[in-house]
Amino acid sequence: MSGHDELERWKGVAAGLRGLRAEPPATLRPAVLERVGLADAWFTVDGPAGPLLVAYNGRGISATAPAEEERRFLERFQARYHRPLRRAGAPPAPLVAGLRRWLDPAARRPAARGAPPHLDLRGVSDFDRAVLRKTAEIPRGEVRPYAWVAGEIGRPSAVRAVGGALNRNPVPVLIPCHRVVASDGRLTGYAWGVPYKRRLLAVEGADPSELERLGRDRTRYLGSDTTRTYCYPSCRNARRIGPAHRVPFRDAADAVAAGYRPCRSCRPPAPTPSGSGALVLGGGS
Amino acid sequence: METEPDLPDRLARDLDGAFEELVRGHERLLYGLALRVVGDARDAEEVAQDAFERAYHALAGYPPERVAAMRLRPWLARIALNLARNRLRRRPPPTRPLEDGDGEPLPLAAPPGEEPAAAAERRQDRERWAELLAGLPARYREAVVLRHVEDLPYAEVAEVLGQPVGTVKTHVHRGVRLLRVALEAREETLTR
Repeated sequence: MSGHDELERWKGVAAGLRGLRAEPPATLRPAVLERVGLADAWFTVDGPAGPLLVAYNGRGISATAPAEEERRFLERFQARYHRPLRRAGAPPAPLVAGLRRWLDPAARRPAARGAPPHLDLRGVSDFDRAVLRKTAEIPRGEVRPYAWVAGEIGRPSAVRAVGGALNRNPVPVLIPCHRVVASDGRLTGYAWGVPYKRRLLAVEGADPSELERLGRDRTRYLGSDTTRTYCYPSCRNARRIGPAHRVPFRDAADAVAAGYRPCRSCRPPAPTPSGSGALVLGGGS
Repeated sequence: METEPDLPDRLARDLDGAFEELVRGHERLLYGLALRVVGDARDAEEVAQDAFERAYHALAGYPPERVAAMRLRPWLARIALNLARNRLRRRPPPTRPLEDGDGEPLPLAAPPGEEPAAAAERRQDRERWAELLAGLPARYREAVVLRHVEDLPYAEVAEVLGQPVGTVKTHVHRGVRLLRVALEAREETLTR
C-alpha cells in the first residue's frame, strides 16, 4: 500500500470518528440544573381543597399554590427565587405518589399518610423556618393561635412577625399555615385568600364556623371537669369532652385559678399561679 | 466544550451562579463520551446527568482555592467515564449485529431539515462507525473516543484515563489500526 493510500485511509478513519460526535439531548441541561436545585419544574396534583400547583427540584418541593392562582404562583416564585421554572414534562412518579398519599383527606391516621415530602427551604430565614417547622406540628383538624406559635418557638412577643412568616410560607398546604388563626378563632389573613383557608380547614375536619362562634363568645379554652385539664377548643382532647363536663374559659389564668392543668397535647399557655394569685392575696391582706 | 478560562475562578466564588455555564460548556463531551461507552442514548443521558450532579456536590465541598485551580474538562470527563463504566458493568449493552439494517438505529441526532435520503445515508455512515468503534476493546475504545471523537489533546486524555501519555498514544494507535483493519474487511465483504 502506498504512502498516499495510507494517508487517505487515515483521513477516512479520522473523519468517520469525528462524525460520531453526538449532540446532547435538549433535556440534559434543564434536568441537571433541576437535580442540583438551580432550576425547578412544576406540575399539578390533587390537593385536599382542589388541584395544587407544586414546584420542585432535586432538593425538594420549593413552592405550592392553589391551581386557580397559577399566575401569582409563577410571579411569587420568580420574585422569591430568581430561578428558571418550567412546566414538568413528566414529574417523578414517586414524588407524585408520595404527595397524593400525604395530602389524601381520607387518610386520617398519620401513619396512613406516609412520610412528609422533602421541602427545599433554602432562602427562608431562621426565624421563618422556626415558625414553619412549628406550624407543621399542628395536627390536621386542629388550629392554634399566632401567639401559640410565637410562644412555642421562644419568641412570645413576636406574634406579628409570626403572621409575616406564615404569609411568606413558600409551601402552603404542605406546611399548614392555614391551621394558624387569631386568638379569638377568626380566620385572619391568608396569602391565598381566607375562603381557601376555610375550605382547607373544613376538609380537614376542623369546624371553622364553630371555632369562630366560640371566639365570639370569648371562649378561648375548654376544660374538662373530670380530667381537670384545659385545651384549645380544636384540640382532639377538647373534642372528647362530653357537653355535661365541658367548662369554657376566657383566660388561661382563670383555668389555672380554677385548679385546671394545661393539656399536654395542645399546650395552651400556663400562667404561673404565683403571679396574679399572690398579688391578689397580698392586696387582700 | 469551549469554556471561558476564568470559569474555575467564578465557580470558586459563586458556584450556583456559574454552574450552568459549566454544564453548557461540557454537556456535549460528557454525553458523547457516555454514549460511546454505554451505547444507549437514554443511559448516556443519565450518566451525564449523574456526572454533573456529582461534580456540583464535589465543587460545593471543595475549598475555593482548590476549585479555582481545577482543570475542569479532564476532571469532568473522568467522573463521567467512571460512571459509564460502572453502568456498563451492571448492565452490559446488547450485542449488536454487524450487518446493516438490523436492530434499532443508533440514536444520533441528524441536523434538522435535512433531505431524508442524505440524512439516511449520513445516519448509516454513523451507525457503521459506531459499530466498528463498539467492537474495540474498552481500553482502546476509550482512548480513541477521547482523542479522535471528542478531540481532546493527548495530555488530557492521559489525565482522564489516569495513564501515562505514552500508553495512551499506543492505545489510540492500536485502536485506530484495528478500526482500519475492520473497515477494510467490511469493504471487502461488501464489494464481493
